[in-house]
Amino acid sequence: MANMSLKRNEMNVQDPNVRNKNFKEVALGYTEEQAIDEAKRCLNCKNKPCVGGCPVKIYIPDFIAKVAEGKFEEAYEIISKSSSLPAVCGRVCPQENQCEGKCVRGIKGESVAIGRLERFVADYHNANCKTWSEKTVKNGHRVAVIGSGPSGLACASDLVKMGYDVTIFEALHTAGGVLVYGIPEFRLPKAIVEKEIKGLEALGVEIKTNVVIGKTITIDELMDEMGYEAVFIGSGAGLPKFMNIKGEGLKGVYSANEFLTRMTLMKAYENDCDTPIMQAKRVAVVGGGNVAMDAARCAKRLGAEVYVVYRRGMEELPARHEEVEHAVEEGIIFKTLTNPIEILGYTNENDKRDIKNNTVCGMKCVEMELGEPDASGRRKPIIKQKSEFILDVDCVIMALGTSPNPLIKSTTEGLETHSWGGIIADENGKTSRKGVFAGGDAVTGAATVILAMGAGKASAKAIDEYIKTSKI
Amino acid sequence: MFKIVRKKVLNPTVTLMEIEAPLVAKKAEPGQFIILRTDERGERIPLTVADFDRYKGTVTIIFQVVGATTEKLNHLNEGDYLHDFVGPLGKATHTAGLKRVAVVGGGVGCAIAYPVAKKLHGQGCEVHAICGFRTKDLVILEDEFKNASSKYILMSDDGTSGEKGLVTDALKKLIESGEKYDEVITIGPLIMMKFVCALTKEYDIKTVASMNPIMIDGTGMCGGCRLTVGGKMVFACVDGPEFDGHQIDFDEAISRSNMYYGFERHKHEDTCNLFKGAR
Repeated sequence: MANMSLKRNEMNVQDPNVRNKNFKEVALGYTEEQAIDEAKRCLNCKNKPCVGGCPVKIYIPDFIAKVAEGKFEEAYEIISKSSSLPAVCGRVCPQENQCEGKCVRGIKGESVAIGRLERFVADYHNANCKTWSEKTVKNGHRVAVIGSGPSGLACASDLVKMGYDVTIFEALHTAGGVLVYGIPEFRLPKAIVEKEIKGLEALGVEIKTNVVIGKTITIDELMDEMGYEAVFIGSGAGLPKFMNIKGEGLKGVYSANEFLTRMTLMKAYENDCDTPIMQAKRVAVVGGGNVAMDAARCAKRLGAEVYVVYRRGMEELPARHEEVEHAVEEGIIFKTLTNPIEILGYTNENDKRDIKNNTVCGMKCVEMELGEPDASGRRKPIIKQKSEFILDVDCVIMALGTSPNPLIKSTTEGLETHSWGGIIADENGKTSRKGVFAGGDAVTGAATVILAMGAGKASAKAIDEYIKTSKI
Repeated sequence: MFKIVRKKVLNPTVTLMEIEAPLVAKKAEPGQFIILRTDERGERIPLTVADFDRYKGTVTIIFQVVGATTEKLNHLNEGDYLHDFVGPLGKATHTAGLKRVAVVGGGVGCAIAYPVAKKLHGQGCEVHAICGFRTKDLVILEDEFKNASSKYILMSDDGTSGEKGLVTDALKKLIESGEKYDEVITIGPLIMMKFVCALTKEYDIKTVASMNPIMIDGTGMCGGCRLTVGGKMVFACVDGPEFDGHQIDFDEAISRSNMYYGFERHKHEDTCNLFKGAR
């Protein structure tokens, strides 16, 4: 019998005033009872609009039906046919714009909590399944994957299961890409990412960290000297943007990338780690996406008063609803319809050697109002006349988005890119270079984990076809 | 893991280490840098390549003990391993076509200036090397520089070794005596490079300075190493580390370099105490 409640099952979370002082995961996940009850809200409708909303087309009603029956491991098997990283996606996908946005139950009430169910199933599997999948028989063909973020992991996972000999090259010292350097521990525990990566290694994927493709080894060397028949570029979009306003060179101004890397990858908040982080009292995070929310919530956990400064309104925030909700609950102050125009630095006129000189002491902002919709369809922010004011902060974090890193482009002849840096590739990841495929943020610019994963999977299929037709 | 195959104490605060890192050794060029971590909880620090041996597959680094990480590094010995070692990063020094160059190094910066001098000398360029140190005990690579230059001038702040004075005094003297240079390459403390660049600007001699700002990844990802050069924001890790010295905003770079001053001093003391306790 279907559960006709208009409301979804709430997921237990840590109390906001407790969690804003620790780095443990905020959301605690469903219990088995909650999961079964929620799964029963699914109507298993005929045209399955949710599947259409999923970038990797997970058989959503099928896995939910298994959850409703209490057959969680079978549910996991259904998800893993389409997704390589369910424990990750259940946590970080913007479900409200994807599967859940299309759910029929959402018309008159709340949609089925598909993301929470996915997370439950993946966590159940990880907690109960102690064995790794078996290695497949090798087909003798070698593929190199550049970058160990979502697209690279998904591509490697599919290829190794087809029998390819796969090596992942990672520039940092830890594999996982944005999952380990960007998304904070309290939103995506690193143990989960580590488990996914261990699983890949058990399947036979070799991961080489501390190798910067384009510097340590070039793509030409991978293919001409090292015997890789195809290459997948999943190097992401790591280049941070700044506003080009006065004061961005002051002490206390970070890119969100730097701030989050210090916090998440380098664990600067732990006493026994050597990486420093500024101990700020009042922090402004500029931007309104998921990265801005992550940075703001990290800064809050370091004990600061935190403002999110965004030029449009609350309705227009591009971050996931849940992240905004959590940020508000945790006491982050939203300064929407506000835009910075200058960052101010401290100067001690009497002592030029004062160590505090050139440290952030405020941010000059203007108020904005929304005008007509622009090319992106969103209402364009316009400066309100004579609305200048100074926000009293001692640290500014710029979370304005990122663009693809030019390192590979500049060292790979014949690899065509857009003027903004994205690698040009078709829907199967095929680039202008023979045998070179690309996907994820390196192609699209900064997007989501699930889209990158989908692109990695599409490229794995295309690489398989390419090698089969050209080599066998 | 990357093995330390040789360790040599160059002076009380400066140490040389030769690290087994064949992939880095294969590609390294003078002017480029590496990033290392000593241990699992360690920070990532950039160090410019001091030498490399493609045949042996080793890269040499020379560092001064200034903080917690270099203190930890200095306590490692031959046969020990570094947790991480990645590179070569950044762009190589541009040496093609140079015929007469003054290489101006200061302190531990001389370690980085040396491979540049060696490469220029090797390609038949006339190299005048000026190396400055605070005092006699801190002098490094004297013989190496003599072998890689046609003129070597040693300066010390207190006059205990070579001539008394600053590197800028020596450079000015050479220029005033009629020496002509295609380029001056300067590597050392920011304040020294600032004054070298101010001097060469007066004489309109092209000058390249090697910058070593705070950074994390070294691949253009964090933006922590940003500098203002010619009024524009650049990232030292991918756009540099060498820039036109007459365009660099040195005051901003100096200010940014002490961003973690308090933290670093505290952490260094902690690390020193830790090692004292272990003894």
